[in-house]
Amino acid sequence: MFTDRLTFRAWLLMLPLVAVMVAVVGWPLVDTLRLSFTDARLVGTGGEGVGLENYARMLGSRNFRSALWATLTFSVWSVGAELVLGVLVGLLLNQRFYGRTLLRALMILPWALPTVVNATLWRLIYNPEYGALNAALTQLGLIDAYQSWLGQPGTAMTALIVADVWKNFPLVALISLAALQAVPRDIQAAAVSDGANAWRRFRHVTLPYLVGPLMVALVLRTIEAFKVFDLIWIMTRGGPANSTRSLSLLVYQEAFAFQRAGSGASLALIITLIITVLAIGYLALMRRAAGQGS
Amino acid sequence: MNTTLKAALLTATALTGTAAWAETELNALFMAQAAYSEDDIRAMTASFEEANPDVKVNLEFVPYEGLHDKTVLSMGSGGGYDVVLFDVIWPAEYAQNGVLVDVTGKITDEMKSGILPGAWTTVDYEGASYGMPWILDTKYLFFNKEMLSKAGIDTPPATWADLTAAAQKIKDAGIVEYPIAWSWAQAEAAVCDYTTLLSAFGGEFIKDGAPAFQSGGGLEALDYMAASMEAGLTNPNSKEFLEEDVRAVFQNGDAAFALNWTYMYNLANASDESSVKGKVGVVAAPGVEGVSEHSAVNGSMGLGITATSQHPDEAWNYIVHMTSQPVQNAYARLSLPIWASSYTDPEVTAGQEELIKAAGEGLAVMYPRPMTAKYQEMSMALQQGIQEALLGMATPQEALEAAAENSGL
Repeated sequence: MFTDRLTFRAWLLMLPLVAVMVAVVGWPLVDTLRLSFTDARLVGTGGEGVGLENYARMLGSRNFRSALWATLTFSVWSVGAELVLGVLVGLLLNQRFYGRTLLRALMILPWALPTVVNATLWRLIYNPEYGALNAALTQLGLIDAYQSWLGQPGTAMTALIVADVWKNFPLVALISLAALQAVPRDIQAAAVSDGANAWRRFRHVTLPYLVGPLMVALVLRTIEAFKVFDLIWIMTRGGPANSTRSLSLLVYQEAFAFQRAGSGASLALIITLIITVLAIGYLALMRRAAGQGS
Repeated sequence: MNTTLKAALLTATALTGTAAWAETELNALFMAQAAYSEDDIRAMTASFEEANPDVKVNLEFVPYEGLHDKTVLSMGSGGGYDVVLFDVIWPAEYAQNGVLVDVTGKITDEMKSGILPGAWTTVDYEGASYGMPWILDTKYLFFNKEMLSKAGIDTPPATWADLTAAAQKIKDAGIVEYPIAWSWAQAEAAVCDYTTLLSAFGGEFIKDGAPAFQSGGGLEALDYMAASMEAGLTNPNSKEFLEEDVRAVFQNGDAAFALNWTYMYNLANASDESSVKGKVGVVAAPGVEGVSEHSAVNGSMGLGITATSQHPDEAWNYIVHMTSQPVQNAYARLSLPIWASSYTDPEVTAGQEELIKAAGEGLAVMYPRPMTAKYQEMSMALQQGIQEALLGMATPQEALEAAAENSGL
């Protein structure tokens, strides 16, 4: 195995890290896997093996299907909007104009806020009695009565997505901006002198530089959106009528409210599996994109 | 005395002082809303620490919505709290899972005879007591006296049908757009309002081990809620309100009626932050003609010792202090005492005679939410059903039938 002294020493140096990884990632994962095949409860009795029963029950439940749908809706719209808005703002901030530095600094603020603060802030904005959104829309004449944004299934999900986009598009904008700075000026100048219009310059000169970094942003944001918990917990707690209950909320409910640690673990692993498949798919896409870019 | 000796003496005093102070540390978990305020609980605890200088109590406050899960989670990870506040709906689950210590043997005759009999239902499960009752609470009907008199209504509603009629009159007179405010968010608060109505209509949650709320009084209760929403008598935002939102709307003068816990009386009627100060009336929640005179949900809470506590004796002393009559009388402004004789004590009743009268009627008919270890599951299914009916996604009957199926019972 150790072909020479150097490889041996490299392994030796990595050993502490491997030990830490096994302890903090490997062991909990193995233990969760073990739990998922039992009827373990959080406290009290339980812990007998039940085979695949937890998985079958979870996958077959109406709650799982509705939570999966809510999670997918949230993830697709949030991540999609964050990417589009992020790139547009990145392009804007890459232009030379007065106050650009200040704007760049300001844009980071939402992203720097803890999610708890962000969620509380938006809940106040959406407040059906005294919220700023209702006041603004009424003054603009767009609505004639205050709306219950978080109290209707249709608007509650949209309201959550808006709050998430507001917090997270700056990350995509920042990544785009960094990538844009790397586009060589002489190639852009050459494209201009060749008579390429703005769209063609963006499509053929700028975009290839953006694809790689954007794929990274896409992977990161998708994983995070799929795991969303705190934002929803604070703003709607899964309501109204469970229309915004995400998979993570369902895990929490199973494991902690109902104390069924075993089926909570099985659901957590199902989510992990879905995210892993998504991440592998994205990585394959990324490799293809990188191949095309070069 | 020379300086060295002085310093040595001081050090010795300081050392023994510190040692005596830090002998026992208790961790206690409370909630951060309704009933006693955080400041009240801190003050009660300070007086305990003064009397017991060898015990220090670390307080932690979480919203009601986090109380159950935080307690269970800390037990799952080996403990952490010695004393926990628990809701009347949890003793069954806590007892079956060994979360709380059985304290039946510690309860003295004086406690048994002095505390209101109904209060014990908060902490008892299958003949054993798992703590001491501490907050004795139910939902009352609050009303804005000025709005009622403007609409020519002399007496507060005695039945739920009266409430509908009075609300319609107030709405028609243009006094307020949505006369009634409730806490119908997807949370336990909605189940409490629903239970109050269920008890008024003579319904039942469980019969012979099976769900029974989907017909009879249980169905009539949700029918009433949906109809009140549909008619525009209930504030449509009620479906995302918790108790504090109801209080905000009511004390801002945007509702004529509101269903809420004891604590709202003094905050809405006596504090400067309220724009309806001095105009707040309170009665026991109404009944239904021919079925009930008043209605009420048992929303009481108790203090218990966790099974993982290393200091159960000190924890018990702390609970005895917190639930003692002098302490409860001194802080009766936001939560009424559990002691029967407090209700004739002028120190307690002064300035809140209306509330005490309402309590006399309400506390006597407090309806329990079912004592089952699967309560959490049943409650969440009901919350979803209630919201589906309020949002018009299903008829009350369909919604409750689905809830019964989902209830895990």
